[in-house]
Amino acid sequence: MKFLKFLFVGIFFGIVLVKSEAVSWYRIFEMFKFQSFHMYGIIGSAVILGALSLWLIRRLNVKSTEGQTIQLPEKEKNYTANIIGGAIFGLGWALAGACPGPMYILLGTGVFSMLIVIAAATLGTFFYGLIKDKLPH
Amino acid sequence: MDFILKPWPWYVSGPLITLTMLILVLLGKSFGMSSNLRTFCAIGGAGKYADFFKFDWKSQRWNLIVVLGAIIGGFIAVNFLSDGSPIQLNSETVSDLNSLGFENVGASLLPSEIYSWESILTLKGISILTIAGFLVGFGTRYAGGCTSGHAITGLSNLQLPSLIAVIGFFIGGIIMTYFLIPLIF
Repeated sequence: MKFLKFLFVGIFFGIVLVKSEAVSWYRIFEMFKFQSFHMYGIIGSAVILGALSLWLIRRLNVKSTEGQTIQLPEKEKNYTANIIGGAIFGLGWALAGACPGPMYILLGTGVFSMLIVIAAATLGTFFYGLIKDKLPH
Repeated sequence: MDFILKPWPWYVSGPLITLTMLILVLLGKSFGMSSNLRTFCAIGGAGKYADFFKFDWKSQRWNLIVVLGAIIGGFIAVNFLSDGSPIQLNSETVSDLNSLGFENVGASLLPSEIYSWESILTLKGISILTIAGFLVGFGTRYAGGCTSGHAITGLSNLQLPSLIAVIGFFIGGIIMTYFLIPLIF
């Protein structure tokens, strides 16, 4: 039962991303061509509101439902990895038109060929794990 | 009800994505969809091959449930909450894609030129999806996160590594969109 709330979060997320068209290959293509404000509006408003909310959460010392102080993970400062890995991710994102969240959501919309992308992405992550120590970070 | 069935504008969608992140934060978790790919590897026994996959994946079960929910959410959204409105793309985007050989641009979420069975049952088609997926999975772990972990959560949390990763996302995305997609199609 304790997992039910996460199921609802996922359902909500899936609905929002379909209805916003952020799961559309075309919207991603349009974004990278800078031909529409749509995706920038979505990400921009999410980030601005997110930053304000996180600031308020800290300011008011809001506790999680588990009763703990809310502490978001600090991202590791591996700038080389951030930029190179990011660019590799971007190449795939623009070609597939889907990042990891939308991959699952699009599967739910009935696009079963997405299973190939998900399997390949899992393989990509596995390959990263294998050669991680040899890569610049 | 009509406004629910129509596509949602950015100023509704963006704040609802923030809400998704905030609910997870308030539940004591964090928003990051690509972490699940690492969990899939760990479940599949990848810990035998690399220490990177030796972690208690059971602690990540909640995130797998989010994935399951996302799949269900996608199903609900297209089957019960959509009126089949075409995507209102910029006319330049449509003509750019037409000139690359894409038809019915924006009629559905994904181009049949990439995702239909006819397309993926060719060597080129299956290669496109496999390479694209591989790059996403490899790149996201190398960068330390994807759109949800870096672009939404990381930027909201004012993390410099996330800003650098997002700049990286755009470098790769622009190279693919401007230079490689015209070569591929």
